[in-house]
Amino acid sequence: MSAPEVIPASDKPCETFVLNVGPQHPATHGVLRLKLTMDGEYIMRAEPVCGYIHRMHEKMGENRTWAQFLPNTGRIDYLAAMAYNHAYVAAVERAAKIAVPPRAEYIRVITTELNRISSHLVWFGAFLLDLGGFTPLLYAFDDREQILDMLEAVTGSRLTYCYYRFGGVCNDVDADFIRGCRDFVARLRPRLKMYRTLVTDNIILRKRLEGIGFISQEMCRKYGATGPVIRGSGVAYDVRKIEPYSVYREFDFDIPTFPEGDCMARYLVRMEEMAQSLRIIEQAVDKLPDGPVLSSGVPRVLKPPAGDYCFAVEAARGRFLVRIVSDNKEIPYRVRLRTPCFSNLSLFEEATAGMMLPDALAVLGSLDLVIPDIDR
Amino acid sequence: MKKYLKEIGGGFYSLMLGMRVTLAQFFKPTVTVHYPHESLKMTPRFRGHIELVRDPKTGQAMCFACKVCEKACPSDCIIVEGVKKEGEKRKSVTEFKLDFTKCSLCGSCVEACKSNAIQFSKAYNMVSMNKEDFIMNLFQKLESERSADGQATATPPPEQPKSEVP
Amino acid sequence: MSLSELLRMLVYVVGVMAFVGLNAAYLVLAERKGAGRFQRRPGPTEVGYAGWLQPVADGVKLLCKQLIVPPGADAALFRLAPLLVMIPAMMSLAVIPFSETLVGRNINVGLVFVFAFGAINVMAVMLSGWASRNKYAIISAARVVSQDVAYEIPMLLVVITMLMATGTMNLHEIVQQQAGWFWHWNLFRLDLNPLMPVTFIIFFTCMLAETNRAPFDMAEAESELVAGAFTEYAGMGFGVFFMAEYANIVVGCAMTTLLFLGGWQSPFGVGSGVIWFLLKMYAVVFTVIWVRWTFPRTQFYNLLNLSWKILIPLSLFTLILTAVMMKVLRA
Ligand code: SF4
Ligand code: SF4
Repeated sequence: MSAPEVIPASDKPCETFVLNVGPQHPATHGVLRLKLTMDGEYIMRAEPVCGYIHRMHEKMGENRTWAQFLPNTGRIDYLAAMAYNHAYVAAVERAAKIAVPPRAEYIRVITTELNRISSHLVWFGAFLLDLGGFTPLLYAFDDREQILDMLEAVTGSRLTYCYYRFGGVCNDVDADFIRGCRDFVARLRPRLKMYRTLVTDNIILRKRLEGIGFISQEMCRKYGATGPVIRGSGVAYDVRKIEPYSVYREFDFDIPTFPEGDCMARYLVRMEEMAQSLRIIEQAVDKLPDGPVLSSGVPRVLKPPAGDYCFAVEAARGRFLVRIVSDNKEIPYRVRLRTPCFSNLSLFEEATAGMMLPDALAVLGSLDLVIPDIDR
Repeated sequence: MKKYLKEIGGGFYSLMLGMRVTLAQFFKPTVTVHYPHESLKMTPRFRGHIELVRDPKTGQAMCFACKVCEKACPSDCIIVEGVKKEGEKRKSVTEFKLDFTKCSLCGSCVEACKSNAIQFSKAYNMVSMNKEDFIMNLFQKLESERSADGQATATPPPEQPKSEVP
Repeated sequence: MSLSELLRMLVYVVGVMAFVGLNAAYLVLAERKGAGRFQRRPGPTEVGYAGWLQPVADGVKLLCKQLIVPPGADAALFRLAPLLVMIPAMMSLAVIPFSETLVGRNINVGLVFVFAFGAINVMAVMLSGWASRNKYAIISAARVVSQDVAYEIPMLLVVITMLMATGTMNLHEIVQQQAGWFWHWNLFRLDLNPLMPVTFIIFFTCMLAETNRAPFDMAEAESELVAGAFTEYAGMGFGVFFMAEYANIVVGCAMTTLLFLGGWQSPFGVGSGVIWFLLKMYAVVFTVIWVRWTFPRTQFYNLLNLSWKILIPLSLFTLILTAVMMKVLRA
């Protein structure tokens, strides 16, 4: 029982039709449109059409002060806002040479990792929803709710966080948060086991994902795919390890990779990443130093010296890079955002040629796209 | 043949395990909160729309119209005006408008205000069919609250439209 | 035809319609409540006490909606399809014995009758997909046909096995043969065929596939095909399909109960009656709901693989095994 051989598309002229999946479709989770040229239920060509919610974040960056752009970063990938906050804040810190107190760095790591887990939980649920299983979504949301409650208590918002500041974070965490983190780690571990029995080991799911949607390492390199997509193709590329930023060097964690390159591999990478994030949180909570959380040396009116600065982080969906160009003014000269989903989506066409519709949607789900991140 | 049977058996077993998991969940209590009937406790850091803070001593607005928040706001939704009254050191606010339709609840204004003259309110379920209802005149609201307080403490200050804060 | 005969017919027609209607309405509620419990939430609670009037509210809502026939659709077929999907389910119930005496028509070929009407269901879904003039609907229609062809075969093979084991096509007699303790039920009649539980599982799986239930809900596949064959239906057109789905589940579960679980026979040999039939049937319905809210959907070729590579060989094997056993035992 394996996927049937891909039927040769160019053998004979056959009647094709165009199927528009989206912009409003249950499987695209947002306003993405896929223009599928179909031969029966086989896809001859899949053409993603994006830009439906383009909000010009980059251009907005050129029109507001350095600090004013900060709330925007939380709204690019709304499921993993912390990492985006982090990249921008760290890029500006690099430009303006602001030192960050160690406690703030640890808090950043904890919150980013919590956010990564919550993002992966949403993906897990939504992916299963794509595959027709509704129940895991609600279990995942139940777990995610704990994270959101914790993060709301420290940041004041549940989704589009704007928590980091140049030189630290805006609020200190309290003992409740620390206890919450410990409890959550203890809670999620058995839940991950439960997901394993309920979903991962399930024969129906395995049959649907194994061997489907092969993405090779070359393809990942060609299109610049990062994050769980490239790790699912067996490349241990993770910004946290390759160019460690913040205090990631101090934690002991693994980069899960699976060489198969199919949907199952990408699925397993994300499931394993949650376990690794738990490990990081556990260590970070134990090591959390005392001290201030916001550096006092931040000028009121920030004017980073002229120059070109980059900062990359590992967001939940891959490498997110902020490049800022400063001309020593209150307002950035240029803000460039390199978002992971755009690159991950671009390989969709090549990965799904000749595939059946449900498989292609499984591939789409396994890429874990957040549409605002594509369009930004 | 053996592999074939093993695959069937293993597959069937995995399905049974899955069913056991959901059945176990079936008998556990529910985790949802029935929103209109019950609601969660709000965290102290909840960010509602902003409101002006009154000086506990004088009852006046703490704001002295320095316009820092107006500048800090990324969405340009605050308009502050103030005049310098006779015999006072600082200006006092005469107008404080918030265009809540544009506000992204980022909190920059509250952070920017060094005199803690604005805070987040706890109102979250505000509904209106009218866009104008969300262009709030915060100063007027504060003034009316003040006069209501001054006249009789029996009458509660006018609430936000349909806000219920647990 | 005497007057009493006419009256009897009338009572049964009304009875069956009421039964189907009530079941369809309240199984939707049961499904939603059940799904809720499986997902740690209470399900609908607002309309009526603990949500008991929810089906009424749903029905009123659907009735208030305009029935839109999309331009370019085949209007006649488009309107006919919901009827065609509902009628067979009602017809089948006419021959299903609820108890010793409670049966619409006790005909000799009851078993064949039910499966014959069950097959119409597929055609109706196909028609609706075809008539909608919607690409998703057509994909869904094509899927439904090949799916049902694939699953009719193992199902009928199982039915033949049962037929050989029981020696009759009369549902009433089939149940009567299972009288006594619960080990007299066909499910546990290992003397007829040591693989009887396997046969039961095959039947149950095919029943799920025939009624287009998850994990075989290829026709609806809401995350792939929006709503599949029912995409273009609005208002009560959709409502009828929805009700028919549950009516078909009732028929399927009733057949499972009759064939394998001893129909109205009590498991302890005494106190047989309609109550036992309903208990067993709803237990099977619960399992159907339980399965739906546990598993993800299968992929189309996996579904066909399952049928052609596993279920058909297995059911053929049980068929042959039963034949051999009977030959050996009778000899
Ligand atoms: S919360 Fe943000 S957007 Fe809203 S008024 Fe304050 S600064 Fe402006
Ligand atoms: S609220 Fe604060 S920052 Fe804004 S004008 Fe008043 S005093 Fe200045």
